[in-house]
Amino acid sequence: MNGTLITAAPHALAANSVSRIMLTVAATLVPATFYGFWLYGWPAIDLWCVTVAAALLGEGVCVKLAGRRAVPELLDGSALLTGWLLALSLPPWAPWWIGVMGGLFATVLAKQVFGGLGQNLFNPAMVARVFLLISFPVQMTLWIAPLPITAAAAPGFVAGLHVVLGGVPQLDAVSSATVLGFAKTELSRGIDLAHSLAAAAPGTSMSGARAGSLGETASLLIAAGGIVMLLAGIITWHIPVAMLAGIAIPAAIAHAADPTRYLDVATHLLSGGAMLGAFFIATDYVTSPNTKVGQLAFGAGCGFLSYVIRTWGGYPEGVAFAVLLMNALTPVIDRYVRPRILGRDRRGAPLDPAIERAKS
Amino acid sequence: MGLMETIFGWGGPRWGVHPDDHKRPAADAPLRVLPLPAKLYLPLQQHVGGAARPIVLVGQQVLKGQLIAEAQGRISAPIHAPTSGTVAAIGEVTAPHPSGLPFNAITIASDGDDRAADAEVAADPFALSPAALTELVAAAGVVGLGGATFPSSVKLALGKRCDVTTLIVNGGECEPYLSCDDRIMRDHAADVVDGVRLMMHCMGAREALVGIETNKPEAIAAMQKAAAPFAEIKVRPVPSRYPMGSDRQLIQTLTGKEVPSDCRAADVGVIVNNVNTANAVHRAVRLGEPLIRRIVTVNGGAVWQPGNILAPVGTLVSDLLAFAGLKSEPARLLMGGPMMGAVLPHSLVPIVKGTAGILALSDEEIATPAASPCIRCGNCTRACPIGLLPLEMAANVRADNLAGAAALGLSDCISCGCCAYICPSHIPLVQYFTHAKGELWAQERTKLRLEASKRLAAARAERQQREAREKAAAAARRKAERAAQKAAAAAAQSEATPIPTESTP
Repeated sequence: MNGTLITAAPHALAANSVSRIMLTVAATLVPATFYGFWLYGWPAIDLWCVTVAAALLGEGVCVKLAGRRAVPELLDGSALLTGWLLALSLPPWAPWWIGVMGGLFATVLAKQVFGGLGQNLFNPAMVARVFLLISFPVQMTLWIAPLPITAAAAPGFVAGLHVVLGGVPQLDAVSSATVLGFAKTELSRGIDLAHSLAAAAPGTSMSGARAGSLGETASLLIAAGGIVMLLAGIITWHIPVAMLAGIAIPAAIAHAADPTRYLDVATHLLSGGAMLGAFFIATDYVTSPNTKVGQLAFGAGCGFLSYVIRTWGGYPEGVAFAVLLMNALTPVIDRYVRPRILGRDRRGAPLDPAIERAKS
Repeated sequence: MGLMETIFGWGGPRWGVHPDDHKRPAADAPLRVLPLPAKLYLPLQQHVGGAARPIVLVGQQVLKGQLIAEAQGRISAPIHAPTSGTVAAIGEVTAPHPSGLPFNAITIASDGDDRAADAEVAADPFALSPAALTELVAAAGVVGLGGATFPSSVKLALGKRCDVTTLIVNGGECEPYLSCDDRIMRDHAADVVDGVRLMMHCMGAREALVGIETNKPEAIAAMQKAAAPFAEIKVRPVPSRYPMGSDRQLIQTLTGKEVPSDCRAADVGVIVNNVNTANAVHRAVRLGEPLIRRIVTVNGGAVWQPGNILAPVGTLVSDLLAFAGLKSEPARLLMGGPMMGAVLPHSLVPIVKGTAGILALSDEEIATPAASPCIRCGNCTRACPIGLLPLEMAANVRADNLAGAAALGLSDCISCGCCAYICPSHIPLVQYFTHAKGELWAQERTKLRLEASKRLAAARAERQQREAREKAAAAARRKAERAAQKAAAAAAQSEATPIPTESTP
């Protein structure tokens, strides 16, 4: 025994670690990701790989430049998760450089420049997505209808590489629009929802087999993964419930007022990044408040802003913008929302002993 | 736990952590009695307050239970010889503290006879006045055996003074590995209940609530049986959640009262005492036996036969470990539980009145992964039983912004260790807070010293000014008096002038 070692209590530690948390989160994304791979085939698999690889590369190089050993920090799984979440939010057949630029941007500019793990103000995956969306609007809004990997028309491994690397147009692929994008375009052309959705709506089936990012089409599987995280105690219910309510409540009111102008609640919740955002993006520890009440406010803000941007903003989808805006508010929320200290009132003054004595 | 409890945290306390308790098999092993050690080392400071003053000389014969050091000051406790023998030395031994610093102690060489001094016992202690009964507890050197080691008599007198209505008996024992409270409740439930009644008499309390964590069903059953004849004593199982045994948490769980942060429990009409303390009070009053022995849990992966051992106070940790047997060289030696216990520098230190357990932990039990950056997961915030923001406080301490940490409620931190236990980044949060508390304490002392010298300097300047003023005033007075005299003389002269004129030749 080391007689000179002085170690502070506690001498017992919970069997938990950062990498365990990150890898558990990643594991809950697996079903949704594989479902997406099946729907969109080899190009989607290739894009996922380059995005994750670029995120890891950016992280590793920065850690090396900071004079630390890269491998242990890459093993904490946070860069993997950032790349993964970004990949889930991209159009599945986007060219390779979208994934590379997004992955590098996420870990280098949105995370390491701020000081690395735990220091960034904004969610790295969402920063990268918004950067891509603003810089490359064409590539970032080119969606295709699902073409299961087993279908005859689906590109094989080599053809998939051509799609992603060469940007070769896939003649067999049917380009399509997301529900939110389609509704917005049609509305702007003066066609109300009653007609546009009835006539030529992109699939809105619950199974998710419709155009969108990997995370959008598999929104039910994403939600299932989120519930697994809740059960595992990795996240608490506050942010997801508040965010989904923040979308659902205004959607329900507006839809009831004018169903021809405003989409219904189910479409809002199952489309775009709602589920991915509520369970995986807004719940990012680093960029969300750390008190229960703060998380409720943060989640509700994310949801409400998403709805507002979707409905009245210039973009059909607003989850990424909403999360970034609320990320900026996180330090403010954390400053003003604090738990009550035991034996003190909300303002921090000690409680009145006479009142406590009278309790029985 | 059901689905809703898991997700929404319904039912049970929302604070704290649930560490693996490691209590069995040690808790189930029958209590063993340690053979009398050859030498006992009794530190003079085994309690909160002033150190005891030795009243024996080296070479003097002492009997078991004889007073060897008396209490000094208002908050203090006397120390008695745990066995008969000779006072071998009065001087320094290694303190049971991570520093390994020396500590004043009385060393007694046992003569092996274990002869007890005669003890007088009151026939009916309930016929005594509360003050007289409290005096008996004080004379027996009973201190809080839950670890705080606050002199029990002082607490009982405080209870009387503050009109405490409820005595809370702490059988929570939320620290993992420890089971000495469990053991005393299982084996001596009737004695514990008697001690509780005696303490209630001292304070004038109307009811006693015995809080026992649900992970000790045998103790709950034994205590319920022993307390059945006394309607005023209620046994209340409480959820097994660390730190349930902390007084503020237990008070809140059992009574719903929150102790204001600047108050003592007595201020809200409650006092908390440990079950082992109740047993010590019983022995002191009914048997006339001072606090000279206690149950110590010897546990940990390196211990061959973990269990509870009845040992005299002053026994060396090495004697206890030799009795229980060691499987392997312990990787870490602790006094107390793993959540709040202190590292022992080596095993040649004595156990004291407050030693609930000695843990000899193996390598696997003390894995200390390197700390990584905070990911703001908020686990510490949820675990903190006080409602603090450990991550924010740690960030402030790290930036050396102690005032910022203090503004976040650092002084309310009870160092329970929940935050550091649950932290996935393995940040030694308690160490940060202990450091900051020490620094703030030192700053406070410096400030007080500066203020005191400023006050003295101001007083001196004022005194000098006053003296100068008084001197000047006195001088002025004298001058005025002289002037008055002169004037009077002149006046007298002028009045008398005709006469001298007449007489002037």
